[in-house]
Amino acid sequence: MAVNFSLKSREDLQKARSESKAQMVADDCRILICAGTGCLAGGSQEICDRFTELSKDVKNVSVEFGKEIAHVGVKKSGCHGFCEMGPLVRIEPMNILYIKVKPEDCQEIFEKTILRGEPVERLVYEIDGVKYEAQEDIPFYAKQTRLVLKNCGHIDAEHISEYLAVGGYSAIEKALFDMKPDEVVDVVEEANLRGRGGGGFQTGYKWRQVARQPEKIRYVVCNGDEGDPGAFMDRSIMEGDPHKMIEGMMLAAYATGAQEGYIYVRAEYPLAISRLKTAIAQAEEMQLLGDHILGTDFSFKLHINRGAGAFVCGEGSALTASIEGERGMPRTKPPRTVEQGLFGKPTVLNNVETYANVPMIVENGAAWFKSIGTEGSPGTKAFALTGSVNNTGLIEVPMGTTLREVIYDIGGGVKGGGAFKAVQIGGPSGGCLVDADLDIQLDFDSLKKRGAMIGSGGLVVMDENSCMVEVARFFMNFTQNESCGKCVPCREGTMRMLEILERMVIGEGKEEDLDMLEELGHAITDTALCGLGKSAALPVLSTLANFRDEYIAHINRKCPAGSCEKLRSYVIDADACKGCSKCARNCPVEAIDGVIKEPYQINQEKCIKCGACVDTCPFGAIHIAS
Amino acid sequence: MDFITIDSRCVPLEGEKNLLSVIRKAGIDLPTFCYHSELSIYGACRMCVVEDERGRVFASCSEQPRPGMVIKTNTIKLQNYRKLIMELLLSSHCRDCTTCHKNGICTLQSLAYKLGVDAVRFTNNKEEQPLDFSSPSIVRDPNKCILCGDCVRTCAEVQGVGALDFAFRGSKMQVMPAFNKDINDTECVGCGQCRVVCPTAAITIKKDEDRVWEALNDPNTRVVAQIAPAVRIAVGDSFGIPKGENSMGKLVSALRRIGFDKVFDTSFGADLTVYEESAELVERLTKNENLPLFTSCCPGWVKFSDYKFPELKENISSCRSPQGMFSAVLKDYFKDDEKKTFVVSIMPCTAKKGEALRPENHTDGVQDTDAVITTAEAARMIRKAAIKFEELDEEAVDMPFGIASGGGVIFGVTGGVTEAVLRKICYDKDNNLSELSRIEFSGVRGLDSVKETSIMLGDREVKIAIVHGLGVASQLIEEMKAGKRHYDFVEVMACRRGCVMGGGQPVPAGPKTKKARVKGLYKVDTGSQVRTSNENPMVEVIYRDIIKGREHELLHTRH
Repeated sequence: MAVNFSLKSREDLQKARSESKAQMVADDCRILICAGTGCLAGGSQEICDRFTELSKDVKNVSVEFGKEIAHVGVKKSGCHGFCEMGPLVRIEPMNILYIKVKPEDCQEIFEKTILRGEPVERLVYEIDGVKYEAQEDIPFYAKQTRLVLKNCGHIDAEHISEYLAVGGYSAIEKALFDMKPDEVVDVVEEANLRGRGGGGFQTGYKWRQVARQPEKIRYVVCNGDEGDPGAFMDRSIMEGDPHKMIEGMMLAAYATGAQEGYIYVRAEYPLAISRLKTAIAQAEEMQLLGDHILGTDFSFKLHINRGAGAFVCGEGSALTASIEGERGMPRTKPPRTVEQGLFGKPTVLNNVETYANVPMIVENGAAWFKSIGTEGSPGTKAFALTGSVNNTGLIEVPMGTTLREVIYDIGGGVKGGGAFKAVQIGGPSGGCLVDADLDIQLDFDSLKKRGAMIGSGGLVVMDENSCMVEVARFFMNFTQNESCGKCVPCREGTMRMLEILERMVIGEGKEEDLDMLEELGHAITDTALCGLGKSAALPVLSTLANFRDEYIAHINRKCPAGSCEKLRSYVIDADACKGCSKCARNCPVEAIDGVIKEPYQINQEKCIKCGACVDTCPFGAIHIAS
Repeated sequence: MDFITIDSRCVPLEGEKNLLSVIRKAGIDLPTFCYHSELSIYGACRMCVVEDERGRVFASCSEQPRPGMVIKTNTIKLQNYRKLIMELLLSSHCRDCTTCHKNGICTLQSLAYKLGVDAVRFTNNKEEQPLDFSSPSIVRDPNKCILCGDCVRTCAEVQGVGALDFAFRGSKMQVMPAFNKDINDTECVGCGQCRVVCPTAAITIKKDEDRVWEALNDPNTRVVAQIAPAVRIAVGDSFGIPKGENSMGKLVSALRRIGFDKVFDTSFGADLTVYEESAELVERLTKNENLPLFTSCCPGWVKFSDYKFPELKENISSCRSPQGMFSAVLKDYFKDDEKKTFVVSIMPCTAKKGEALRPENHTDGVQDTDAVITTAEAARMIRKAAIKFEELDEEAVDMPFGIASGGGVIFGVTGGVTEAVLRKICYDKDNNLSELSRIEFSGVRGLDSVKETSIMLGDREVKIAIVHGLGVASQLIEEMKAGKRHYDFVEVMACRRGCVMGGGQPVPAGPKTKKARVKGLYKVDTGSQVRTSNENPMVEVIYRDIIKGREHELLHTRH
């Protein structure tokens, strides 16, 4: 159902939209196979192929992947968010969600659900004895407010007509024909949309500054260089609903008088890049991008730039330097990006999620947007929920939702019923929140007060098996590797901190190391050049503040979580040991001794803590000493 | 007038572009590694951090001064931060100060002392990197690099060369040529400006002193020195002589004490250059070919043009540089001697080391300049010989090359070559020196990056441009190629201000030193009895008795 005509007026666009909608409704049945990166890795491409194959054999049901179909549409959708349960298959109009689907399940799904309208019970989500056929009823979804992610998983991300069918490009239509550029800035400013990339800077204010510059050549840049470990909100939007973000960029360009836009995407997101390329090509073909869009004076061209995998290129000035072909290093400010950004011209720089919010705001108004979320942080926020939580995945909640709701109601609680210990929020730039923080609201200001930050929205849940010193070491290692190396505190300071933490996790920490970590941490925070450096020490300072006893335990050569390999000691339970000698034979360093049929012992001096004995013991007699 | 408050004192704002300049104006010498007023703001060393009323800490180099600001520069917090940053720099820096070339003149060392760093609480775990000895001009020692980026920006922004840049991230970051090639395999022109700004010994002058010592100690070798103009006003820096003061007489004396058999003045070579180059200009103007004529005395520029503007080959003067001409003449003059002659030129310049090696500067396949040592190396030799330089009596250079004009001396400053050539041309025209001060004020002097002037030759207006700094030169040439500018004669000096700030001069050299050196050289000229090469009686003698019509062989690079 590709729409092959170019849109030259408002009426053309409206016509295309209604035709697309009619086309979508005409599908009696739609099979939406999640083609997010997670589900693709889980084998969703093969599932898609199976369904396509199956559809072929059925009379009167012609299924051709990506082309016009008669009745059943097999679609590759964007990420549904419920990644823990992938690969996911959604059947419309019944709204059934099948989880953990395997290629061999396709036949049954097709025969039962598609042809006979019956659900396949064993593939629906079940929790606490309740089976949930409909996706919307599953607690994971029911507790969310999916606005930015609304279309993700529900439309085919590779066809512009699907976006048009759900009302796409109506915000830019409204802006171009019913609003002056200033009015678009007004509504975004009035909505108090704050940057979703981490800083929480007011988007409207930023746009207004760009709009005020005397220089007339201006740029709109989208930061899709989502680099936080474990974060994939922006990737999911780019993969699942690329047009929404493109429309947001168009609105920014119209509002600020920019003529060209750049999307900077990490090279590690090949699928996002390909979907964006497709989306841009289709929008260009329909003349939604290019010169005189919809017959107006507004022209806008969009380019994609692939990042080369540097975390620091998420920083504004490093990002623009990278697009310009320079080494991705932040520069001193002023001049700010709004004055002299890309190619030295005034530049609007926002991240993917921020742009994706804009069409909704323009369409529904500032008051609507402010009715969601908190006063200081209106709207929703997407989070990547990962770690020791039952339902990992991509979620979207109103700002101000408590951590408890996110972890327990949506996330389904701590995995394996363990005790909640902490949540690391904001990635390598963020801090950790603990038990006592479970009821704080997730919004820009509340988190800042707690020494953490929303960052781009990574939430890593940790239980009692997570060692906080190791967590700090992990993030410090990340930051040190990703530091551009320009300013001394970040380049050398994080290295010195990392060296200390590396010593700590192998039990070679010293009492004075804690003071040194704090001294370095505060100095780096205060003196580093850019945001990456200024926040580099946060994971350490925050864990040090909340879990100082754990650091002290490491100095005393103990890891309370039992996770630091070098600090573990393995012991053989004399009562459980049958003296079979299997462990001794498998020990690579001959650290286990004993007499057959009598309990064996581990020589702690020799032991290299590899854990091989634990796996080989047929009686489960070997464990980590507490 | 607007004011800001710095450490409780009111300081007026007088159009300073950054807060650091205001703070320094107020008499507080905040330490920096990466701030140079002639380079872009880099903001990496973080030594210049200050604190505002709200306790916010920020670097002053990159902050715009705003009226009413209240700034503290010296709180305990700031002192601790600076000290810690210094400690961090030292934590990954080679700490063998006693055996370092920069011992005593190292900014890192002196700031560590100033900030009271009494211990480095971290061990240096940095992997040792090999040194790069490939260039005849400079040596790179990555182990001593503190990554301030001064060399990178100087090379790219001032010189338009860009032979150095950053590679790798985090603590693995390094400054290196692209693909870690040897610096000699890049477009490096050897100007040594990177070494001038380097606060440590990460980039130093390639040492040629040892070869000179050997020659001096060989009884069968006659060692002859020629001293470039800009050396005399800088060599004293190393011995506590006021900046910019002419120490030529002391230097001559010191070199004789070290064992040089003859000591001459390269300004004499410059007088020969004026003869040759003005003749070349007049000839080209007459024939109206290969114009504009570009000067060739600066080896950094000549090498730069090789890479960047090979199409200008025929436009560049065929004259050897003063060093090249003089060495050829000296070698020829002493050729009948029983002893072997070893010509040492003492230069403010690292690129001259490369020039001496270029075949077009050889006569009959023999290298004329045997060793080039820089001002800094000469000072080190004198120090090594334990000579009390500052107490020496002044001595005159040797005959028969003992007289040089003031015009020859000002070759060492931007515009000097042009001024000397104009003096010659005007003198030739009407045989008097009344034009001297008119030329002086015609636009040849001063520090504008591009200076323009013109003279009338017959009924032709000869348009002249003077440019210093290769980056600006490059822009100028592009504009000329685009037809936006037109000249007949272009003087190019690779280094800003000319040879007085050459890559081989003593460091550190701040704004006051730079100014004093320029002034010092003009003072030598003003004090000279002979101002133009025409008046130098020895030039005629040398043409008659030594060169004897072999100008092309001895004084030019191509025929």
